[in-house]
Amino acid sequence: MTETAAAAAPLPVLIVDDEGPARALLRQHLAGIPGVRVVGECANGFEALRLAGELSPRIVFLDIEMPKLDGFEVLELLDPAIAVVFVTAYDSYAVKAFDVHAVDYVLKPFEASRLAAAVERALERLRRGQPVRAAELHAEARREGGSLSRVVVRDGSRVHIIPVEKLDAVEAQDDYVALKSEGRTYLKQQTLASLAAALDPSRFVRVHRSHLVRLDALARLEAFGKAGHVAILADGSRIPVSREGHARLRALLG
Amino acid sequence: MHPILAHRGRLLPYLAACAPLAAILTALLARPGGLFLGEAVALAVPLTFAYAFMGLSAWYPCRQVPLIRSRALPLVLTHAAAAALVSATWVGLGVLLAGALGLAPALTGLPGRFAAQAVTLFAAGVLLYLLAAALSYVLLALDAAAEAERREAELAILAREAELAALKAQIRPHFLFNSLNSIASLAASDPPRAQQMCVRLGDFLRRSLSLGEKASISVGEELELSRAYLAVEELRFGARLEVEEELDDRGYRCLVPPLLLQPLIENAVRHGIATRVEGGTLRVGVACGGGRLRILVENPYDPESPSRPGGGRGLANVRQRLTARYGEEALFAAKRLADRYLVVISVPAEMPA
Repeated sequence: MTETAAAAAPLPVLIVDDEGPARALLRQHLAGIPGVRVVGECANGFEALRLAGELSPRIVFLDIEMPKLDGFEVLELLDPAIAVVFVTAYDSYAVKAFDVHAVDYVLKPFEASRLAAAVERALERLRRGQPVRAAELHAEARREGGSLSRVVVRDGSRVHIIPVEKLDAVEAQDDYVALKSEGRTYLKQQTLASLAAALDPSRFVRVHRSHLVRLDALARLEAFGKAGHVAILADGSRIPVSREGHARLRALLG
Repeated sequence: MHPILAHRGRLLPYLAACAPLAAILTALLARPGGLFLGEAVALAVPLTFAYAFMGLSAWYPCRQVPLIRSRALPLVLTHAAAAALVSATWVGLGVLLAGALGLAPALTGLPGRFAAQAVTLFAAGVLLYLLAAALSYVLLALDAAAEAERREAELAILAREAELAALKAQIRPHFLFNSLNSIASLAASDPPRAQQMCVRLGDFLRRSLSLGEKASISVGEELELSRAYLAVEELRFGARLEVEEELDDRGYRCLVPPLLLQPLIENAVRHGIATRVEGGTLRVGVACGGGRLRILVENPYDPESPSRPGGGRGLANVRQRLTARYGEEALFAAKRLADRYLVVISVPAEMPA
């Protein structure tokens, strides 16, 4: 898309904020900024994902504290090609926001010119076109402030929220991780290393290069082959344990 | 551990104080018709110091039957039994010692002469026991006083810290930023509501600034502050936020430390109502009866929404301040049910003079 084409066809924008007046203010300011056009607005994370699917926005203005899914979780599940601008009253999330490659971080209350600058940055990012794997970066960012308490997975139009207490095991499969929870398996585009880094290391153990296990889900360890081991989970599934994995398990179980 | 044995600084003076007692006991044993002076010294000195340690045992019955809180009969019986036991053991020790000394050729008559003194020695033992018990009670009283003083100082520091934290937290900046953002929005779209919001926000700020300085305010004043806060939040959340109050007149007039209710209300909005897509009803109940003031704050929350940081801090501060003010008389319970959150406070009701 050329500069002139961009000017001719304004980019679709989605507004996500759970407060009506806050959405109205964004709409009002964005109406006066050339190059963008508000195509939809909504008040929670689920709606944001649904509307993003229907309306294909190129830029999303996203609040952070919202019902159902917070802004970070929405970003993680959005198409990585979408430019995300966080708009929030909390300055404490700023570092994390840039770690997950948000385009900008606008603090409430703001002036129209501040929003125009954010739009400018978003357009610049879209021109350069650098999609980012948000899940990886999200995991990186979480490392700063404690462990993940839940994992969000998108399955077509549905979003699954898996509390870490119910995440039994994770297996690496090419570019994906297979998350096992309550007898079901969910696929998510992320590396096992980045997910492992985001989870509490005292509760989740990398028992194998491509397997992660929640300690409480572990029923017992069995010898397997020559000096090898296999982990049996409470639901009966068997997971290979490498020599390094066995050492890590023994260190944690004492 | 016994307080005298636990403190090195107490043991030496204690033993030194036994020296005159040894002299008195010597005189008692060597009085006309008793033992020879040398024999009396040889028995009285070791026996006195032996008693110095046996007498320490008086501390344990003293701790069992505190002087003020015990009834007379158990008090007398306990000490009588302890005195008899300690004195009998002591006389027994004396008999053994006299027997041992009697093995020397010059002192063959000692065991016999000592036996005649057994009753005297027993009486002396009982008197010494009473002395030891008195000393123990003094030590217990000293320890209790020191403990009370330390506890009081601790509570004062705790109260001070909690008040400071409450003052710092009384205006949450995010609430202010979000409200200003709403005003900026309404200024263009709905100027009369923007004005209304400015007025409500001003009202809330003025109230919270003036309340923080007082030691006690009425529940009614506290509720006025919360209403001013909720009036602002209603403009932000629209139909998502509903409030129900259930109050009684006496509860309204009760005195409480300032900013006790407000953090609970703010928590209920931020961690409760705001986590639900459809919002919900915040319930506040205040009741006074049977000398107690009971406050209840209840809100729905969405267990499937991500938890927000800072949830426990406001509650912890309220709990600390309650403990600092009412000690064990304060009851604070926070309960997370499947989809509702409940905070219950019960404190002694304080009515204005």
